[in-house]
Amino acid sequence: MEITQKIIAEFEVKYIQFLDPQGNLLQDLPNSLQDIKKVVELYRAMVETREFDAKAILLQRTGKLGTYPSILGQEAIGVGIGAAMRLNDIFCPYYRDCGTQFWRGVKMSEILLYWGGDERGSNFVNNKQDFPICVPVASQTLYAVGVAAAIKLKKEPRVVVTAVGDGGTSRGDFYEAINLAGVWQLPIVFIINNNQWAISVPRSQQTLAFTLAQKGIAAGIYNEQVDGNDVIAMYYAVQKAVEKARNGQGPSLIEALTYRLSDHTTADDAKRYRSVEELEKHRLEDPILRLYQYLLLKKVWNEKEENNLKEKAANKVQLAVEEYFGIKPDSPLAMFDHLYAKLPDALVIQREEVSRLFGDL
Amino acid sequence: MNTINLIEAINQALVYELSNDPTVVVFGEDVGINGGVFRATTNLQMQFGKERVFDTPLAENMIAGLAIGMATQGLKPVAEIQFMGFIYAAIDQIISHASRLRNRTRGRLSCPIVIRTPFGAGIHAPEHHSESTEAIFAHIPGLRVVVPSSPARAYGLLLAAIRDVDPVIFLEPTRLYRLAKQEVPDTGDALPLDVCFILRTGKDITLVSWGAMIHETLKVAEYLSTIGIEAEVIDVATLKPLDIKTILNSVERTGRCVIVHEATKTCGVGAEIAALLAEFGLTFLLAPIQRVTAFDVIVPLSKLEHYYLPTEERIIQAVKKAMEFT
Ligand SMILES: Cc1ncc(C[n+]2csc(CCOP(=O)(O)OP(=O)(O)O)c2C)c(N)n1
Ligand SMILES: [Mg+2]
Repeated sequence: MEITQKIIAEFEVKYIQFLDPQGNLLQDLPNSLQDIKKVVELYRAMVETREFDAKAILLQRTGKLGTYPSILGQEAIGVGIGAAMRLNDIFCPYYRDCGTQFWRGVKMSEILLYWGGDERGSNFVNNKQDFPICVPVASQTLYAVGVAAAIKLKKEPRVVVTAVGDGGTSRGDFYEAINLAGVWQLPIVFIINNNQWAISVPRSQQTLAFTLAQKGIAAGIYNEQVDGNDVIAMYYAVQKAVEKARNGQGPSLIEALTYRLSDHTTADDAKRYRSVEELEKHRLEDPILRLYQYLLLKKVWNEKEENNLKEKAANKVQLAVEEYFGIKPDSPLAMFDHLYAKLPDALVIQREEVSRLFGDL
Repeated sequence: MNTINLIEAINQALVYELSNDPTVVVFGEDVGINGGVFRATTNLQMQFGKERVFDTPLAENMIAGLAIGMATQGLKPVAEIQFMGFIYAAIDQIISHASRLRNRTRGRLSCPIVIRTPFGAGIHAPEHHSESTEAIFAHIPGLRVVVPSSPARAYGLLLAAIRDVDPVIFLEPTRLYRLAKQEVPDTGDALPLDVCFILRTGKDITLVSWGAMIHETLKVAEYLSTIGIEAEVIDVATLKPLDIKTILNSVERTGRCVIVHEATKTCGVGAEIAALLAEFGLTFLLAPIQRVTAFDVIVPLSKLEHYYLPTEERIIQAVKKAMEFT
């Protein structure tokens, strides 16, 4: 007997790219980037972020910073997100998002302070609304939908953006978050930084799904795959999704394809589990190099400007490092002072003991 | 004979049990080719193959559930949660299922799993990597909570945990992973669960501790000896079920007790020990029981963590206070 089935639904996953790895423009620049100065802005931010990243690793190696997760090779994602959001939107980052954080006013010295082991690094002076760096993988996606639900309830024209790694999409938190975002049509954009690795576990061992973007299909939310090493594509896709969410047209899930050129963190040694050949192959897709080549080709950039930018970036990072070094140690009493709005009586004795033991340094 | 550190002792126990019990499987995040972020599972996958030593997708509640399900089918899962700060994500499977499967089915199904996880502060780790919330698990009926504090005890207790027929939360103090080395003969001999270890005998005062704080506690005992106070040091090692007898016997002789733990004070396991001492040993206590613990604050990032962790000085002060009573 022949069993018949009919197709009741079909789905698609779109992919977008503007710049190929050699810096060739594959399609016209989006309207929002017609002004080439804006593209140069994105380039500048990526170069600064990379300069910061290199310095952070150096500081860690010389004992002046704790464990640090490099974003080498993933700068286009952070910068693309940052440029696409409005300042009063809300960002719920994970730990590889300093590119976005810098764009949104978080100081380089604050990020250093955080990885240097000081809570004050999450008390951003120039950004009051964003969440701090989130370490428990994918857990940020859940409170992010809470923020989005509040925004929707209050009818504010704001959007939440949250980022998560490829490994993070295996966690229940992620599925729960995109599910709620879909069914409640929340103003939120999920960005997956698919850098192909979750420490030593490759993307292929996380899921059999052909793309991570398609996880959005099950949640009924718009999904798209983007060349995450193409800052133009990143900016375009995130901006489109953010404005869509702002207009009440629901959430999106964007998978940004990239590659982690660094070790997982400074505490990791990727040589234990991945080949040098694989790494070298992906170096050729570098997001900064490709935009550099495009800008050269367009003749809006030259070596002099490049040197100028590099020098400025180095100075900016150096100033941040000096600011970081200049920050006086926190008082041990700070352990108590932010636990509750008001220190409960039950803790007063303990706080006094700390004061007696160590003084209010 | 070679001396090995605590992390190598964990590895040695895993190798021994994988070699001798074909039902043992080892899994978690990055335990395969990477050998675990602390290298506890180094070379295991190479030696025993991907069917017995494997990486999972990144999902802790899944890891715990996977272990539970496998255990009901005659396997002996030894699952790793990368840091204690991420075990909270697995707590539903652990508390709702692992701990009570035997009871719910009146013994028809059981759950012989081990969940290993590094814990504790003091290694300048990032946020959420310094937790010591063992009391959460010690509070749960049906679970065992085991904490080694030396390479030899890590080896013997891990073997015991794997061979035990009930779920064991096995907490490995990161601060001790590479601190000290000792000879650990690879004999496959398990240590008993549910007994405290007397690490040092003394007649004047009983110091009770576990995990990384054993290090400071022993150093304090050495110092006390130089000023004429002989301290008995007990490593609780199995926090649940608790061997209060050994502690009571000791305090009966010394009349004084200081409990030292890294976890925060309120509702810490020290509170349970103190309560049991009050319940059964009040008549022979010569001084109020002292607790030296972390303050009741969120474990700070690395810059403040040395203020958070109990210090030798604080232990000495507590001992002196207990000795004042005559
Ligand atoms: C819930 C949880 N489990 C485990 C860890 C330990 N850990 C930190 S990063 C990481 C891998 C994350 O990979 P991915 O989500 O792909 O992000 P990436 O680091 O590659 O950007 C793991 C397992 C954690 N921080 N949180
Ligand atoms: Mg990844």
